[in-house]
Amino acid sequence: MPLGIYVHIPFCVRKCLYCDFLSFPAGEEEKSAYVEALLREIDGAAAKFGIEAGDAQIGSIYIGGGTPGCLDTVYINKILCKLDEIYGPFSEATEITIEINPAVGELTKLKGLSELGINRLSIGLQSANEDELRLLGRIHDREAFKACFESAREAGFSNINVDIMTALPGQTGEKLNTTLCLLKELSPDHISAYSLIIEEGTPFYDMYTGEGEKLLPSEEEERSLYWQVRDTLTGLGYGHYEISNFAKPGFESRHNTSYWKRIPYLGLGLGASGLINETRYKNTDDMRTYLRASGERSSIAEALSLSGKDRMEETMFLGLRMREGVSMSSFYADFGVSLREIYGEELERLRAQGLISILKDRVFLTDKGTDYGNYVFSRFLL
Amino acid sequence: MSYTDQDRIRNFCIIAHIDHGKSTLADRIIESTGLLTSREMQAQVLDNMDLERERGITIKAQAVRTIYKAKDGNEYCFNLIDTPGHVDFNYEVSRSLAACDGAILVVDAAQGIEAQTLANVYLALDHDLDVFPVINKIDLPSAEPDRVVAEIEDVIGIEAQDAPRISAKNGIGIDEVLEQVVKKIPAPTGDPDAPLRALIFDSIYDSYKGAIVFIRLMDGTIKKGTPIRMMATGASFETVEVGYFGAGQFIPCDELRAGMVGYFTASIKNVSDTAVGDTVTGSDRPCSEPLPGYKKVLSMVYCGVYPADGAKYPDLRDALEKLKLNDASLNYEPETSVALGFGFRCGFLGLLHLEVIQERLEREYNLDLVTTAPSVIYKVHKTNGEVIDLTNPTNLPDPSEIDYMEEPVVSAEIMVTKDFVGPIMELCQERRGRYVSMEYIEQSRALLKYELPLNEIIYDFFDALKSRSRGYASFDYDLKGYERATLVRLDILVNHEEVDALSFIVHSDTAYERGRRMCEKLKEEIPRHLFEIPIQAAVGGKIIARETIKALRKDVLAKCYGGDITRKKKLLEKQKEGKKRMRQIGSVEIPQKAFMSVLKLDGE
Repeated sequence: MPLGIYVHIPFCVRKCLYCDFLSFPAGEEEKSAYVEALLREIDGAAAKFGIEAGDAQIGSIYIGGGTPGCLDTVYINKILCKLDEIYGPFSEATEITIEINPAVGELTKLKGLSELGINRLSIGLQSANEDELRLLGRIHDREAFKACFESAREAGFSNINVDIMTALPGQTGEKLNTTLCLLKELSPDHISAYSLIIEEGTPFYDMYTGEGEKLLPSEEEERSLYWQVRDTLTGLGYGHYEISNFAKPGFESRHNTSYWKRIPYLGLGLGASGLINETRYKNTDDMRTYLRASGERSSIAEALSLSGKDRMEETMFLGLRMREGVSMSSFYADFGVSLREIYGEELERLRAQGLISILKDRVFLTDKGTDYGNYVFSRFLL
Repeated sequence: MSYTDQDRIRNFCIIAHIDHGKSTLADRIIESTGLLTSREMQAQVLDNMDLERERGITIKAQAVRTIYKAKDGNEYCFNLIDTPGHVDFNYEVSRSLAACDGAILVVDAAQGIEAQTLANVYLALDHDLDVFPVINKIDLPSAEPDRVVAEIEDVIGIEAQDAPRISAKNGIGIDEVLEQVVKKIPAPTGDPDAPLRALIFDSIYDSYKGAIVFIRLMDGTIKKGTPIRMMATGASFETVEVGYFGAGQFIPCDELRAGMVGYFTASIKNVSDTAVGDTVTGSDRPCSEPLPGYKKVLSMVYCGVYPADGAKYPDLRDALEKLKLNDASLNYEPETSVALGFGFRCGFLGLLHLEVIQERLEREYNLDLVTTAPSVIYKVHKTNGEVIDLTNPTNLPDPSEIDYMEEPVVSAEIMVTKDFVGPIMELCQERRGRYVSMEYIEQSRALLKYELPLNEIIYDFFDALKSRSRGYASFDYDLKGYERATLVRLDILVNHEEVDALSFIVHSDTAYERGRRMCEKLKEEIPRHLFEIPIQAAVGGKIIARETIKALRKDVLAKCYGGDITRKKKLLEKQKEGKKRMRQIGSVEIPQKAFMSVLKLDGE
C-alpha cells in the first residue's frame, strides 16, 4: 500500500502577520519534549491509526510547519531514524521534503539536512521585495533568501521548491515581476504560488477587513497577478500542474500530488491531518494533550470515516485542482459506477459555462474554471 | 349552591396593548387559583403554540376554567378567555369578547395607554363588557401609577381609583385582581331551559375527534347526543362530547348550561362547518334568532407560496390542508408562476398572519418556501363593465381593458408622543395617507387619525413607524372601504427576463421611487454571477430604473490547508448550502428572500 507521511513541527522563530497555521515560537525544552512525543506517536502509529507498517510503501515524507528548519538537526535526525526504523528502508526515490525559512538556512545546517537523506527543500520566499517582506512580518530579507538558495544548491539539493505569494496589499504587476525575475535568475525546480488569504484571528484580519479591505488588490487585479505568474512561469518552462503549483518536468511534488490523488497518508504531530483506511483523522491541537498521549488514540481529535459519497466528492474537488483533472476510467475503477452517471447534469452545466473541459478520459478545469475553482468544486458535492 | 351555578360564574378576558403583561397576568391567575402549581407551569400557559410563545403574542383564542375561593367564602368558576392580540385578528377578538361578560384592562404603569389599549377598550365597551383596569409593572423604576390612573379616567372615562396596582411578573397584587373579578364582572344571564343558543368563538382540529368547537352558551343546555345545527353554515351534527377547559387539556363533563364556557365535539370533519361567530342551536328545538355579529372572514392580504424544490408541491398542498383545519381564515388555491412553477395563492388576515403561516409551514412541515410579495385585493373595473377582484398582480388585465381601479383603504389610529408627531405625519403623507384628525389625549401625547391605503401599510409600515418614533408610536387600523386610485403594475426584469413573481401593484406616483429602490434592493440580494446581470424595473413595458450586478471575477482558494481536507470540504459545503436557498430564473440564481424584497423598501 502506497503511503505518504506528514510530520508537523509547530514551531517558528516568530509568527508572520498573515499566518493562521498551527505554529508558535518555543523554548528548547518544549521542542525536546515535543520531539519525544512525536517519536512515541511514530512508535504507536500502527495501533493508533490501525495501519500495517509492514504493508506500507512510503512514497514521500514531508516535514512541514511552522518552520521545521528552526529545529536542531539532531531532532530531525531522531525523527527520520524513527520513521526509518518502522517504515524503512527508504530509497533515493522516496521524496523527503523539509520546509525551511531563509533566515535559518545557513550552509552547515543545509549540509546536515542533506546528509540525513532529505532530498527536497521547500523555502519560503513569499516576495523578493523588501517592503513586502516587512509588511508580511517575515524574518528574512531578499539577500538572506538568495544566500540560502545558493547554499542549498551547494549542499547538494537538486530539488528545491520556493513559495511565493500573490494578492499582497498594494502588490502591482511590477512588484510581482521583481519576485518572478529573482525566480528566473535562481531557477528553482518547483514553485508554489499562493494567493494571500486573510484569515480570522491573524493580525492581517484586523488590518485588512472592513475599511482596510480597500488596501488589498481588487478581484480583477488579483486575477491578473495570478495569470501573470502562470504566464511567466510556463514561459520559463515550468508546467502548471495544479492551481497553485508549478514544476520543471519531473519535479512535480509527489507529496502534494498524493493529497489530490487521495493516496493514504499518515499525519503525525500536533494538529496534523491524515487519511488512513478511508478515514480522515486530525490530531489534537492542544499541546498538553499531545505531549501526554501522542501515541494513543485519545490524542485524535477527529476521525471521520468516509462514505462512498464522500470519496466521490473528494475525488472530484481534489482531483480537479490538478490541471490533468480526473480520469473517468479511474473513477469507474474506484467506484464501480461511471462519473457521468453520478455527475452527468453538473458536467454538462459546467461545460456549458465554460468552466470545465471533457477530453477523452479526462475532466479538467479550463483557465476560466481555474478562476472559479470553488464554485466548480462545490458543484460536485452530492 | 356550587360554583356551577350561574351567579358563581365569571366569564372574562384580559385586554392590553402588546407587552403590557396580558399573558403574564393570565398565568398568575391560573397559578394562584391552584389549577397548576408553578412547578408545572410553563411560562404563559395560554399561548401554547411554540410560535406564540416565541413572539409573545396570542394567535388563536384559548380558554381555561379555574376555581377561585373568594374572601366571601364561596367558590367561583372563572372562565378566562384569551384573545388574539393583533390587529390582523380583529374579528376573532370581537368574537372572543362576545363570549365574555367583562374584561380586565391591563395598562403598563410606565407606558400608560397605547393605541391598542384604546382600540381594545372600545371594542370591549362595544360588546357591553364591564371593564375594570389593572395597573401592571408597578415594580418598574419608571412606573408612574398615579399618572396612569388619571390617564385612564381622563382618556377612557372609566373609574380607576381602586384599580389594583400589581406586578404580574412578581406575583404582587394578584389576590386583589381576583377579588375584583368576583365583584366587578357580572355573572352571566340566560335561560338554561330555553332553546340552545351558543356562540362559537374558536375551534381546533383533532385527528380523532374532529373539530373541537369552543362555545359560550347564551341560552339552553347542550349535552352528549344533543342534535345541533350551525345557523350560518346550516350544517347539522349530533353532539359526541361536551366539556370544559383544563390547563392545556379538555375535560369532559355531562352538560353545559346557559352562561357556561366550554367545548363540544360532533365528529365534524370539515372546519369550515365551525365558523367563528356562528350560532349553535338545537336542530329539534331551534332558537328564533342567531346571535348578532357573525361575519364571513375575508382575507386582506394575498401572496404566492411556492416550494423551493418543485418536487415538494404535494407536500406543500398537504401541509396547507392540515393548517387550514385549524385556521379557517387561511385560504388558498393553486396557481402557477413562470418563474416559480407550481404553488398556491394564499389569502391571509394580514401580514402577521402571513408570517405565522409561513413560519409554521417551514418549521412544522419542514418545507423550504419561496413567498412572493404580498398584495391586497384590488377591484379592477373593466371597460366591459366586469369587476375583478385582483389578488395576483400577474392577472392584471391589459391597460386598454381597464376603466379604473380601486384599492382598499383603512382608518388608522396612531398614538405617538408629541416629539414624533412631525415624523409620523410625514410618514403617513409619504404613504399616501389622508389626514383626518389629531387630538392631544394629554399634554405629551397625540392620537393621530389617518386614512391610509392598505397596500401602503401591509409592507413595512409598522417597522417604519417604530423606527421613526424610536419605538414610541403604536398603531391600530380597521378596513374602511374601497377607493379609486391610479395604480400600475411594476415589473422586474432580471437579466432581461421578466420575473412574474417579483411584480407588484403600486400607485403611479410612487412607481419610479419604488422601482428604483426595488432594483437597489435586488442588487444587494442577488449574489454576483460569472456574468453581468442587469436588473430593471418597468411599467407597461417602459424601463424606469436599472441597476447592474457586476460579474464575479474569481472564486477560488489557492491554498491547500496542509492536507486538512475536512476543513476545505466544510468551506465548500457552506458555499453549496447558500446555493440551495436560491431559485434558478433563466441563468440567474435568485435567493428566496429576494422575492420579499418589496417589503423592505423603506431604506431611509
